Amino acid sequence: MRGVIARRRIVDLLSRILMGAATVVGVFFLFWILWATFRLGIPGMHWSLFTKDTPPPGTDGYGLRNAFVGSLMLLGMTLLIGVPIGLMAGTWLAEYGFKSRTANTVRFINDIMLSAPSIEIGLFAYAIIVAPMGHFSGLAGSVALAVLMIPIIVRTTDEMLSLVGNDMREAAVALGAPNSSVITKVTWRAARAGILTGILIGLARISGETAPLLFTALNNQYFSTNVFRPIANIPMVIFQFALSPYTNWQQMAWAAACITVLFVFILSVLARLLVGGVQVQK
Amino acid sequence: MMETMEMMADQSKEFPMLNVQVSAAPPILGQSVGTNHTQVKLAVRNLNFFYGKFHAIKDINVDIRESTITAFIGPSGCGKSTLLRVFNRIYDMYPGHRAQGQVMLDGEDILAPRSFGTLRSKIGMVFQKPTPFSMSIYENIAYGIRLYEKLNRSEMDDRVRHALIKAGLWQEVDGKLNQSALKLSGGQQQRLCIARALAIDPEILLLDEPCSALDPISTAKIEELMRQSKENCTLIVVTHNMQQAARASDFTAFMLNGQLIELSETTQMFTRPSDQRTEDYITGRFG
Repeated sequence: MRGVIARRRIVDLLSRILMGAATVVGVFFLFWILWATFRLGIPGMHWSLFTKDTPPPGTDGYGLRNAFVGSLMLLGMTLLIGVPIGLMAGTWLAEYGFKSRTANTVRFINDIMLSAPSIEIGLFAYAIIVAPMGHFSGLAGSVALAVLMIPIIVRTTDEMLSLVGNDMREAAVALGAPNSSVITKVTWRAARAGILTGILIGLARISGETAPLLFTALNNQYFSTNVFRPIANIPMVIFQFALSPYTNWQQMAWAAACITVLFVFILSVLARLLVGGVQVQK
Repeated sequence: MMETMEMMADQSKEFPMLNVQVSAAPPILGQSVGTNHTQVKLAVRNLNFFYGKFHAIKDINVDIRESTITAFIGPSGCGKSTLLRVFNRIYDMYPGHRAQGQVMLDGEDILAPRSFGTLRSKIGMVFQKPTPFSMSIYENIAYGIRLYEKLNRSEMDDRVRHALIKAGLWQEVDGKLNQSALKLSGGQQQRLCIARALAIDPEILLLDEPCSALDPISTAKIEELMRQSKENCTLIVVTHNMQQAARASDFTAFMLNGQLIELSETTQMFTRPSDQRTEDYITGRFG
């Protein structure tokens, strides 16, 4: 008996030490990354980042306006393409597909898409849009980002709607509501916090993606809002400027990285607040 | 649903002697009782119901009278909730659920495909668990009304207020109509659901164990609400609670293993039941 208790104590102690060490290692690298980003990024913060465009190579200028505008446009178009498709597919799975063979096949493929390498998605957008059009474009970039984002929205929408109790659907049907009204006015509303969280997480996931933009939106040294042409964007600017020999470019890359981290951080906090504040109604 | 089916299967094992064969011309329960009350509102003829292959309701014939409260009692899985779900065809939501026979509402068969359009405006339903939608108190009631009528703001305000007064909820929610309905207590939520169902003036209101999740005070309020509502509405309530059936209903029907055993005036049912099985159940010998 005493032997059993002693052995349990030892196992308990060992597992605590191992788990603690794993946590410390994970958190250590996270904070190291954050610290490096802020240490090198904050000195580079300057208002002209938002008011001037990226300078030509070898000149003294300091600005990222074209890249910020381009990135926001890319994200906006990605939302326009990705949210309706993701929301509708997720809704179909939860409200019509249930556990049918078709629905489960869609879920399986969607889960594969969740972990698809982003560079392959970039190649896909290159093949279906860039190659036929004959040039790189912001639109192709948004399509690539949307393909990355849709599986996340599909998954969360499906899960959140499945959490809404069937009795709520029955109550709406018993009032005589048609399916369209039950879904848009009752179940979407009950699950809105969770669905919105999925969209925010999707947005956070794609906002730093560089690989898919490499083959699609490319980059643009000048200010442009033409989505059918190459467009400047933050991830590509970070990539290009960080590898450059010019110190002002390197400084701008760190500043841009720092702002991207802050943007993702804010999105994640918003998502957390939404989930904590309004639980999905069972 | 699987759970119900398993329970029913268990029961027939437990009480094999109770599985009586139905004769060729079954009697129509409720036809002879309460004739001094009112006319027949809902006439059920040779009703059978299936969950896939499972035969959940067996040849039920019953008359429900207008402006009365009829309580259905019986052990878990006897088919009483299933019967209620046939009356407004909510089972239509699920593939594999099917009903055979006739359910005549004022002489028109609601199981016939063409009578579907207005069925749910005539027959409302309240569920065991309160089911407020995640909207404001006001919107919860307005939602049902908007499905049938286009009203301007002041007409809608009137209708919502009227429905809340009818449900005895007005004093508690006056001034916070724009608050989320989810912040109300369980009893208030259930009365809101009744108000929502009554707001579209149904001819029949189905209540599926409406008080089983509520405290005694909320239960008393809902029973009072049921008594008040029966003036313009026929109420059919499924309950686990025999005291509730005795307190709140005019007629009581006893179901067992998918069959309707007995329907009598409530006072008679609880003093001199005509069937031995009813007596066994209400005296607590099983169930």
